[in-house]
Amino acid sequence: MTTSVETPPAKPAPRPRKDKSGGGALGRYILVRALLIIPTVFILVTTVFVLMRATGDPITAAQGGRLPADQLAERIHAAGYDRPLIVQYLEYLGDLLHGDFGTTLSDGRPVTEILITYGAATLELAFYALIVAFAVGIPLGRIAAHRRDKTPDAVLRVLAILAYATPVFFAGLLLKLVFSVWLDILPVSGRADTRVALQLGRIDNPTGIYLIDAIKTGDWANVTNVLQHAILPALALGLLTAGVFLRLVRTNVISTLGSGYVDAARSRGVSERRLLRKHAYRPALIPIVTVIGLQIALLLSGAVLTETTFEWKGLGFQLAQYLQARDFVAVQGIVAMLAVIVALTNFIVDIIAALIDPRVRY
Amino acid sequence: MTTAPATAPRRSLWARLPIVSQLRSSVGLQRGMLIAGLVLAAIFLLTALFAPVLAPYGFAQLREGDELFGATQPPSAEHLFGTTVGGYDVLSRLIWGARTAFFVIVIAVTASLVVGVLLGLVSGYFGGWLDRVLVVVADALYSFPSLLLAIVLAIVISGGQSGMWSGIFSAALSITVIFVPQYFRVIRAEVVRIKAEAFVESARVIGSSHWRIMVRHVLRNSTRTLPLILTLNASEAILTLAGLGFLGFGIDPTAAAEWGYDLNRAVADVASGIWWTAVFPGAAIVLVVLGLTLVGESLNDLADPRLRKRAAGAEPVEDLGVELPADAPAGDDEAAAASSTTASSGPDDGPDAGPTTKEGAL
Repeated sequence: MTTSVETPPAKPAPRPRKDKSGGGALGRYILVRALLIIPTVFILVTTVFVLMRATGDPITAAQGGRLPADQLAERIHAAGYDRPLIVQYLEYLGDLLHGDFGTTLSDGRPVTEILITYGAATLELAFYALIVAFAVGIPLGRIAAHRRDKTPDAVLRVLAILAYATPVFFAGLLLKLVFSVWLDILPVSGRADTRVALQLGRIDNPTGIYLIDAIKTGDWANVTNVLQHAILPALALGLLTAGVFLRLVRTNVISTLGSGYVDAARSRGVSERRLLRKHAYRPALIPIVTVIGLQIALLLSGAVLTETTFEWKGLGFQLAQYLQARDFVAVQGIVAMLAVIVALTNFIVDIIAALIDPRVRY
Repeated sequence: MTTAPATAPRRSLWARLPIVSQLRSSVGLQRGMLIAGLVLAAIFLLTALFAPVLAPYGFAQLREGDELFGATQPPSAEHLFGTTVGGYDVLSRLIWGARTAFFVIVIAVTASLVVGVLLGLVSGYFGGWLDRVLVVVADALYSFPSLLLAIVLAIVISGGQSGMWSGIFSAALSITVIFVPQYFRVIRAEVVRIKAEAFVESARVIGSSHWRIMVRHVLRNSTRTLPLILTLNASEAILTLAGLGFLGFGIDPTAAAEWGYDLNRAVADVASGIWWTAVFPGAAIVLVVLGLTLVGESLNDLADPRLRKRAAGAEPVEDLGVELPADAPAGDDEAAAASSTTASSGPDDGPDAGPTTKEGAL
């Protein structure tokens, strides 16, 4: 057990370790997990479709009451929403297979284009938030586990619960109030100053990830500007996740500290520091990998709220805009697409977890 | 009914009530957290209950006599927490908001409890293709970003805008769909385990009906983790409601007060330094969620011997707490399993073990 837990992640499926299931266990695990994505995505997409379409067509939802009945019927007919639901559903599935998530009603843009334009911004925000979460959550979790039931542990646990209890948008508002309004040291909202944003849009092959684009311009003022805008949103979203990491690391380190191989190491005279760092801490990190996968869903929910709070023009911000405009085709498209992203991320995370920890490959 | 009198030396009903028994078995920091949580939760309940008495004004009241309150008035003697941009009294909306949150929690948790437990029971007990389908669907829904799912459902149920009761119901039912998979998973896992126990087999041998076995023998033994999930879900329900409100899917301000919606209105205020419209409703959310989470966390820790005492058993527990916070009790299942399986009428054996083990560790 002990040796397999501490196997470095770089070595996938080493031959000498014979599982009960025989050779190729990892390959089969990956295959099974990959096949499981299909029903998951199918169920999610179907759920969204049925919920949104079975209860009414998007045109009535957007325009109902504003257009005369005959014009409304005409537009519904033109868009094909008066056909049987099953026909619409099959057509929708067919479109999805071609990567077509629909076209928005309010501004006529393909949903995939929205993903490409704004996805980078959300990715950037999620990345910053994860950095904050790791940098804050993991060390603090170790401290809490190490000083278990002492004052630091008590304080940290209450802080972790507080991080969970604070809605990410309220944390955002408070940060804005303190750092942007009262202290006036950080920008209130947006991803960069208008001047910088324009400049970033003009460079060759913009990635949409402002930090990379700003570095490409070679102007350090741009980089600083972009980073300044990122601090508050990253903190708001990151601290929420940091609380989850803290609790997780604490629980896992405590449980590995109580396990047999730690006792064995202690009886061999391994120092307490090394015990904590090597024997208890590293195996405790494995569940973190799995949890990051689950955090993607939480991060996406959080990103919608954080982006709205800070007018960070990413997918979540757009989603909120389309919600306000009652453009439910766009909402359906974005939500379905996010569901696919979550399913794919979970798959990747499961594979990574299997590479790190052979026990996962059942 | 025959089992209860059979085990004669039972403690009084009061001592066996979920929270009371845990309160008795708690010590030190854990007791402090539990009590703090209970106090906060009690304040919330009382505020919700006595909102009409406590609130100085109505939630949609704009004037006293002939005089308008005025917009964005700073806190004063007439308006302790100031007034909003719309000219509402912040304190009054805060107090009435407790009532809205309370209704949403009660409806959401009750509905998801009934549906989730029923599905989990049937699915786990009978197994077969229905079980497999339900598990895949529950897993798919569980991996979905919960806020996005709630948004889709809020659109479907209410079309996005609504009065007091329709708004409360649409928010509550949206949250229900998020919670059902959680109850389903927990109950199903318990049922699958208990189904294999000797006492279930005995019941089947003497010819009990499936229904009777399910309700009398299986369900009664699989509900021990529910109080924990209930409290954690109640806090999650508030956060989801606030998130929906913040994105503009709340309840119309003239129909009822809702904290998330008030925070949505406060985003613009914060940029101009008006802090009271954001800080007070936000603090209300944080305190209520904090209270409920503290209760849930403490119950969880008290029910889990590995968290309750130092150096618990030698088993390496790699998946403990992986799905915090909602699924935190998952680890509890296995630990509790050992003590519960010995007697069919012992759903509170586990917590009883609390004081002895804890004090033994100290």
